[in-house]
Amino acid sequence: MEHIVIIGNGISGVTAARHIRKKSDKKITIVSAESEYFFSRTALMYVYMGHMKFEHTQPYENWFWKKNRIELKQGFVQQIETTKKELIFENGETLQYDKLIIATGSKPNKFGWLGQDLKGVQGLYSKQDLENVGKYAPNNKECKRAVIVGGGLIGIELAEMLRSRDIPVTFLVRETSFWNGVLPKGESELINKHIIEHHIDLRLNSNLKEIISDENGKAKAIVVAETGEIIPCDFVGLTAGVSPNIDFIKSSKVEINRGVLVNRFLETNIEDVFAIGDCAEQREAIGNRRPIEAVWYTGRMMGETVAQTICGNKIEYKPGHWFNSAKFLDIEYQTYGWVWAQPRENEAHFYWEHSNKKICVNVNYNKTTRQFIGINTFGIRMRHEIFDKWLTENKTVEYVIENLSTANFDPEFFKKYEKEISTAFKNQLVTA
Amino acid sequence: MSKNSSFSISNPDKLKLDAVQKIGLIVALLGVSILFVAWFGITFPYPAVFLSISALFIFIGTVVYAKQTYLKQPAGIKNNNVWFNSLSNRGVLGWFLGIVLTLFYVLLYWFPSYLGYDPSGAQNRGLVALFDPLSLFFNGKIASQWFVYGTLYTLLIASLGIKFMYKYRHNRYQLIRTVVVIVSQLFLAYLIPEILEGLNSDTPYFAKDIKNMWPLNYYFFEPWHLDNMINGGTLGMLYLVIGIFMFLVFTPIITYYVGKRWYCSWVCGCGGLAETAGDSFRQLSSKTVSSWKIERWMIHTVMVLIFIVTAVVLYGYFANSGEFLGISIYNYFSKPYGFLIGAMFSGVVGVGFYPVLGSRVWCRFGCPLAGYMGLFQRFKSRFRITTNGGQCISCGNCSTYCEQGIDVRAYAQKGENIVRASCVGCGICSAVCPRGVLKLENGPEEGRINPTDVLLGNDIDLMNYVNKKQ
Ligand SMILES: Cc1cc2nc3c(=O)[nH]c(=O)nc-3n(C[C@H](O)[C@H](O)[C@H](O)COP(=O)(O)OP(=O)(O)OC[C@H]3O[C@@H](n4cnc5c(N)ncnc54)[C@H](O)[C@@H]3O)c2cc1C
Ligand code: SF4
Ligand code: SF4
Repeated sequence: MEHIVIIGNGISGVTAARHIRKKSDKKITIVSAESEYFFSRTALMYVYMGHMKFEHTQPYENWFWKKNRIELKQGFVQQIETTKKELIFENGETLQYDKLIIATGSKPNKFGWLGQDLKGVQGLYSKQDLENVGKYAPNNKECKRAVIVGGGLIGIELAEMLRSRDIPVTFLVRETSFWNGVLPKGESELINKHIIEHHIDLRLNSNLKEIISDENGKAKAIVVAETGEIIPCDFVGLTAGVSPNIDFIKSSKVEINRGVLVNRFLETNIEDVFAIGDCAEQREAIGNRRPIEAVWYTGRMMGETVAQTICGNKIEYKPGHWFNSAKFLDIEYQTYGWVWAQPRENEAHFYWEHSNKKICVNVNYNKTTRQFIGINTFGIRMRHEIFDKWLTENKTVEYVIENLSTANFDPEFFKKYEKEISTAFKNQLVTA
Repeated sequence: MSKNSSFSISNPDKLKLDAVQKIGLIVALLGVSILFVAWFGITFPYPAVFLSISALFIFIGTVVYAKQTYLKQPAGIKNNNVWFNSLSNRGVLGWFLGIVLTLFYVLLYWFPSYLGYDPSGAQNRGLVALFDPLSLFFNGKIASQWFVYGTLYTLLIASLGIKFMYKYRHNRYQLIRTVVVIVSQLFLAYLIPEILEGLNSDTPYFAKDIKNMWPLNYYFFEPWHLDNMINGGTLGMLYLVIGIFMFLVFTPIITYYVGKRWYCSWVCGCGGLAETAGDSFRQLSSKTVSSWKIERWMIHTVMVLIFIVTAVVLYGYFANSGEFLGISIYNYFSKPYGFLIGAMFSGVVGVGFYPVLGSRVWCRFGCPLAGYMGLFQRFKSRFRITTNGGQCISCGNCSTYCEQGIDVRAYAQKGENIVRASCVGCGICSAVCPRGVLKLENGPEEGRINPTDVLLGNDIDLMNYVNKKQ
């Protein structure tokens, strides 16, 4: 029986395993160094905040794996011997495979800051990271202030977490406005305001210079690069992005760049070795997507795709139109298609914001062809299916604005703003 | 790290309450303590005054506390610390409350004299006596333990309903639903029946809560109840006709159009309590596949039981006999059902165990009316919870907060709509979802249950799937 070994029990590895099991009788082993059972990384924050217990983050009950004959092996893979088709573990054990799927995810970025390895300084990625937040920032007596470095999606989640225990938070953001490398001005400023509303000390245009240690090797303060200001703190969160977790692969024959390089079939340069999820890097970017996409659903889609290929139905990885979602404290965000921070050549943004609620919409379109390119919504939920269809059918911006209500996905009885949005759009055309 | 154990990050210190929150809590607790003192056997002088103080303190204290708690933070989902709080995580407080509630129900059903009720109707004491003036006001009789219960029940739904509305003030589905819950309880279940009772005190008793229909009201077809309705003048006949019409015609039709939620989480009294007072305990329901199995067996067994019991009772009524195949209908059918299901299950376990098993144990495992509507909802209804394409991140908020123990995530992460007999349509899964994945809606039956083997977002397959749906 062919033995499929998967390194990594995150969403991509687990999805691959489940789909291989659905389609075949192959022997499947998932290796993980993190947790015995699959859990949702995306829900880590809710455990610290007391919304959920850790077991609630596990999408499958513990009997699931045995029932589906998916073997779970705990251990850290140190070396891949592709010639012998063998994995070598940290403790010297080995494991033979016929086909190997690398799904090792990401690790938090550290940019060589002085003091970045002190106690109480960490990223937020793994279960162990979560335990350490609980250890170094259990409450506002032991943690009188926390500093978060890096204004992205995980940074704002970490800030929300700490605030849930009333810990004062200083949020160092390198950019001139929150996440404005991705978000256009209007949306970004809306979030700035909301961050401040949550009593988070938001410092824009601020970089970390260094972290100062106390006599026990624990962080006691940070220095802001721009001003030299020293901010005393007991916890430092480093959330300046993530990068593929592939250090252990460097010594193997598998070709890597920033991530493990794969073609559209998710194959690496070595036969029978595949890579999926956060750690995979497309040799050629797909459409406007980045070669490495560290998001949940692409990991899941790659897992589904590679399972097909491994079970004899070779198919290309074809993520459809870009979409994503996030939540900034209390504001939900969804996006379909592309809305860049700045409109590209020949593109324009139509931005609408509610006069006093935290709701806004931004539509990106082509000025000459009027083609609809993408939409950001804050505080309004939209239907994925409809936007996927509109993007495929190259609808015009006029069509999209006119039919926006058919795409509305807010709960029943919610106030609707499509009329206002449409009127604002028409007025803008008149004045433009 | 222990394998799959619960994650024990150090329990955070309790967040400090501010002065207003403290005042609110103290006022509410003062109101409650009057009830406890009375329960312990003290008969208050001036019961009208003390009852008013107690009720007002409970109501105002709760509202003040809730308003301060939720309005001082921006609107949004506020489930911080739910699993650290001993009341809501099956801690000491939770168990304590569970025991007190259970005890209260046991006394209520079987030993009302310990609540101060005088069965001879001459003179109540203690807790029940406290409610005499109000009962006299409505119907000219001194209070029964059931009057006490109904009044407290309504007070709880109203005050904790308002707390719920502050908590979900950003969500209009929750706001409108909760207003309807409070109004239904206050008028349909409490004021109107009490007033009608007072106006018709010369006719024999029959249940006057119009929405509490058979088989939830299991004694509807009991001979004494049928006779009382028939002898209850126009009103009695009206209630008889409406009762049958509600069950046979109205319920299936409305359930077809909007799902069983119209009843279970909008107007039902049991559901009303679960949605308001029970909100702090919704996360305690079990989500395992095995409890789903138990649920299906239990709820349908109870449903079959009440059908059998009622059929036999009606046979006895029309055959004018107290026996069925030689055994006593009362002793072998009505009485055991009333004791085991009507009292033990729906009352003692159903509410007493809120802080241990979650707020909808009865609705999920027992209620025959829910079972009946569930069959429509599952097989013939326009209601579903739509899953939003590929947006689910499998976080599990939805499943955690589903009071009916539905593993919503199991569907959402596959892009599958949720069509489940037990869903009461409370809308909380949709509210707590951080990615806008879930929408309760009514729509065409076709495509309601969508295919599951979709590569979400993957080009060709998603289009296939979209086309198939049209
Ligand atoms: C706090 C947080 C919030 C997030 N929120 C969102 C969100 O809202 N939406 C979204 O789209 N994405 C979100 N993400 C990103 C998303 O979680 C990731 O894209 C996704 O988890 C990646 O899945 P994966 O299967 O590729 O890898 P991972 O989930 O990282 O799994 C890889 C596993 O492999 C193990 N491993 C690695 N190396 C080895 C080795 N040598 N030997 C053995 N085991 C090894 C790791 O320990 C890990 O368990 C979030 C991430 C974080 C950290
Ligand atoms: S599935 Fe959602 S709407 Fe239905 S009962 Fe559960 S939480 Fe409520
Ligand atoms: S709460 Fe939303 S995102 Fe989280 S598992 Fe449920 S449907 Fe998915």
